[in-house]
Amino acid sequence: MIDLIHDYWLYFLVGRYPDGPLGGLALTVLLASLALVLSLPLGLLLGLARISPWCALRWPVACLIQLVRGVPLLLVIFWAYFFLPSLTGHESGQFGTMLAALVAFDAIYLAEIVRAGVQAVPKGQFEAARSLGLGYVSTMRAIILPQALRHMLPSLVNQFVSTIKETSLGYIIGLSEVSFIASQINGLVLTKPVQVYFLLGLTYFILCFSLSRAAFWLERRQARILKAAA
Amino acid sequence: MFDPQVLLSGDYRDWLLAGLQMSLLLMGMTLLLALPLACVVAMLRLAPSRLLNAVGMLYIELIRNVPLLAHFLFWYFAAPELLPQQWKEQLYAGNIEATSAVVALTLYTAAYMAEDIRSGIRAIPVQQFEAGRALGFSYLQTMRLCILPQALRLAAPPLLSQTLNLWQNTSIATVIGVAELMYQTQRVETASFRSVEAFAFASAAYLAISLLIAGVAFLLQKRLAR
Repeated sequence: MIDLIHDYWLYFLVGRYPDGPLGGLALTVLLASLALVLSLPLGLLLGLARISPWCALRWPVACLIQLVRGVPLLLVIFWAYFFLPSLTGHESGQFGTMLAALVAFDAIYLAEIVRAGVQAVPKGQFEAARSLGLGYVSTMRAIILPQALRHMLPSLVNQFVSTIKETSLGYIIGLSEVSFIASQINGLVLTKPVQVYFLLGLTYFILCFSLSRAAFWLERRQARILKAAA
Repeated sequence: MFDPQVLLSGDYRDWLLAGLQMSLLLMGMTLLLALPLACVVAMLRLAPSRLLNAVGMLYIELIRNVPLLAHFLFWYFAAPELLPQQWKEQLYAGNIEATSAVVALTLYTAAYMAEDIRSGIRAIPVQQFEAGRALGFSYLQTMRLCILPQALRLAAPPLLSQTLNLWQNTSIATVIGVAELMYQTQRVETASFRSVEAFAFASAAYLAISLLIAGVAFLLQKRLAR
């Protein structure tokens, strides 16, 4: 196992970079971070539309959320793979395809997180702002969202963990993220599948476990702050 | 243009239906095996022993923090190498893809269901447990006869939502070449060049079963709330 790590650690971490495209664990983390950051504004808009007082906005978004949650992410990736080029007019490559699919999928899940966050803010806050003469939009922007976003922080970190796990599906469309690189290493070594896939699992575990611990810690801290404020 | 007739003709229809059947089979087998395992893990988490708690916790964290795809790769490419030669031959003689997929899905799903069952058990008043013990039942008997039947009813809605996740997760089995719906869809797509029709069929099939499960969960929730 030591030999394996010694020979392939750099390939595992960054792929063929700097001589070739970035890959490996670095690509996994980059893809997950980009996907989460890009899907945040979209998820916020969808979440706000989902709880808006206007039916014409609320119903289509509710249907869209139900629709996307009903199909596996893998199918969303295939839709993106085959139809993104005809939509944009040029080849999007594996990275672009995966990013688009993840942003779309994550935005739907973030919308539910935003909804829960907003609904966790006491109703009195909303009523107080409205009776002070603020409109619906400015109440949301100035009073509700700043509080709701703070509630959402632990869920966002958990969503980041989910996104990291989801990037592994890039393997299926040949994106050279860490699972794909591990399989390539397995193909080169041939005799040590147990060690290769064990190390792959361990890598994901260390990454995701420390992040979910961080989310847990944030949650605890927030509960303490709320308790002190009450 | 969009022509669903293509899929109804001969081979394509048979492939897709066989795929749907395989996906449903994966889900059914996994459910059958994952539920008892999840009960065991939940009881480990609540057992009156630090060591057993730690074992349960370790299982859940180890499984949940690794993507399902990596589980599939491990159980298909690596795990069979650890078996004795004779077992390995037997495994390769059968449907090794489907076997590995069920193993991976079962371990993965059970780690999620265990937490739902644990919350179910914790929601049962502790007096129920004490009454069971006072009547002379052992720890395990009390769990099996008094606590679990009530806890599973309480945990049914979250367990159904895990079933929904399981249904979507079966699609990832395509990476190790299990001939389930996603795999057959790709096969039809490659053979017919009818991408839109093939993927529309797969989407409709996944969506229909998902909505069915969500519908059952909704009805159950209404009944339990009464």
